Amino acid sequence: MDWRQLWEICSAPDNVPIVGLIPLLIFYIYLAWKQARANDELIGQLETNPAMAKTHHRKSWPFRPGWQKEIHVWPFLLRMEFLVAMIVTIILMVWSITLNAPLEEPANPNLTMNPAKAPWYFLGLQEMLVYFDPWIAGVVMPTLIIVGLMVIPYIDTNPLGSGYYTWKQRKFSIGTFLFGFIILWIAMIIIGTFIRGPGWQWFWPGQTWDHNRLIYEVNRDLPDLFGITSNLGKAIFGGIVVGGFYAVGGFIMHSLFRRYNPKDYKRMSLLQYSIMMFFVLSMVALPAKMLLRLAWHIKYVWITPWFNV
Amino acid sequence: MPEENGNGNNGKRVGLLERVKAGVKEDVQSLRSDMPAKAKEQIEGLKDPTKTQVYTSIFRHKHDDTPRNRALGVLSNVFLHLHPAKINRDAVRYSYTWGMGGITFYLFIVLTLTGVMLMFYYHPSKVQAFRDVLYLEHDVPFGKLLRNMHRWAAHLMVIAVWLHMFRVFLTGSYKKPREFNWNIGVLLLVFTLLLSFTGYLLPDDQLGFWAVTVGTNMARATPGLGNEGPFGHMLGMTPYNDVRFGLLGGSIVDANALLRSYIWHCIGIPIVASVLMIVHFWRVRKDGGISGPAAVMLASEVKEPKK
Repeated sequence: MDWRQLWEICSAPDNVPIVGLIPLLIFYIYLAWKQARANDELIGQLETNPAMAKTHHRKSWPFRPGWQKEIHVWPFLLRMEFLVAMIVTIILMVWSITLNAPLEEPANPNLTMNPAKAPWYFLGLQEMLVYFDPWIAGVVMPTLIIVGLMVIPYIDTNPLGSGYYTWKQRKFSIGTFLFGFIILWIAMIIIGTFIRGPGWQWFWPGQTWDHNRLIYEVNRDLPDLFGITSNLGKAIFGGIVVGGFYAVGGFIMHSLFRRYNPKDYKRMSLLQYSIMMFFVLSMVALPAKMLLRLAWHIKYVWITPWFNV
Repeated sequence: MPEENGNGNNGKRVGLLERVKAGVKEDVQSLRSDMPAKAKEQIEGLKDPTKTQVYTSIFRHKHDDTPRNRALGVLSNVFLHLHPAKINRDAVRYSYTWGMGGITFYLFIVLTLTGVMLMFYYHPSKVQAFRDVLYLEHDVPFGKLLRNMHRWAAHLMVIAVWLHMFRVFLTGSYKKPREFNWNIGVLLLVFTLLLSFTGYLLPDDQLGFWAVTVGTNMARATPGLGNEGPFGHMLGMTPYNDVRFGLLGGSIVDANALLRSYIWHCIGIPIVASVLMIVHFWRVRKDGGISGPAAVMLASEVKEPKK
């Protein structure tokens, strides 16, 4: 266990935000979960007791007759805003006094940094470069992330859970978002920050970064395993595999979704449904490709003269 | 006092000197008697400064603690009037909103202020840039603190934006009628990351140089628009005309890239982001204020749209 190496990674000034992000995320997930549980309990009570549902104020926070439903922004909200601004300023001041922004040697195109890392918030994308060619990891994936986020309000037809924390009413959408945000984005950033060392090789936390380490890894392409050698054969085979992933995956998703989410399924239009399917399957494609690579050393699935997947 | 100078009149002729003397005497007399009275009046007036003309011209209403004045305090102030006068009593609970949208905006203001101050010490040229940062760190009073604050506020802003989006998702706040504002928010998220990324190159050190090299190398692989991307060379893309060249103003990260980065960072993106922020905040109000905390809805109460 090389504690010094671990300390060097964690205390690198630009890694401090991601070190701070982890406890922050845990805290806020806990905060959301606590409120979701309280609301779900209340929803359960109200559903079994229609008489109570008619009179209850429907929040898990207390409300007594005679209390005003609305309060003045001045002073009740503004004092909160002022307090928050002061706390943020204090945190920022202390942080800026105790920790210096990094400044390396002057830029030198002839001296490559190893590892050359992007800013920490893009390390998820850089980690994806291991599993996909740059045109997918660097261009298509970010575009899909942005477009995918933008279509969310138009494909989520569930009218429940608007304006309050809940889990039971929105299991699928919250589950999918947590998968995308925590597993595909944050976890990838953590791998990129703490695990990847020189040569973008995998170093477990506490393992010494060995700049001379060589890994003899023979990566294969999926068509090779099936003994396909001709270019045309590879292109057709890969197209079938990728198309098959979306077709078979789509079928499995479909059979699960209509069973466990019948109401959403009924509400969604064909366009909404197929867009959702495409994005969910593309999200799953990332860990699927990672598994192929890490477990079976498979580099490409689909090889064509113009692009490789 | 006679009307005219005596021309053959019997009246005594009054000389200029006498008249001036009499006038001055009167003036002195008025100073003696009026000024203390005026001074007294002035001091009386200052005992309640809220009644002065200067005060009432700035603050348009009284400040006694009445519901009307509380509402006016928000409505008659240009900076506060984005708020409604009254809100849902639970909306001020920190556990619901996490305050992340507000923190993001506050950090944007901090970054603008520190950023403008940094601009006084920075030249976006290969010769000067790195030296300017050294100068800032070692010679400018509080220069190091200034740079540190700008850097850490930027990182904090990225985190705050993510957490804001996370909260908005978990509370279902993107649902009808807030779909469009969620989209504006996604764009603001992208611009926040781009703002941070364009700032990364500016110290012109190894860290920024290689981070931007790695980042912009991806642009080379853009399908159709990058020289190494699928179908790129078929469409005539070379390292000297593709999308990466456009981003960097050259085929390598050099002086032009530094200047472009600087202009996007200090002028281009802040303007676009500010416009989007205006729309974002405006839509929060127009879409009915913040989404909650709303009363929980039961599955049995959903009205299915008729098909």
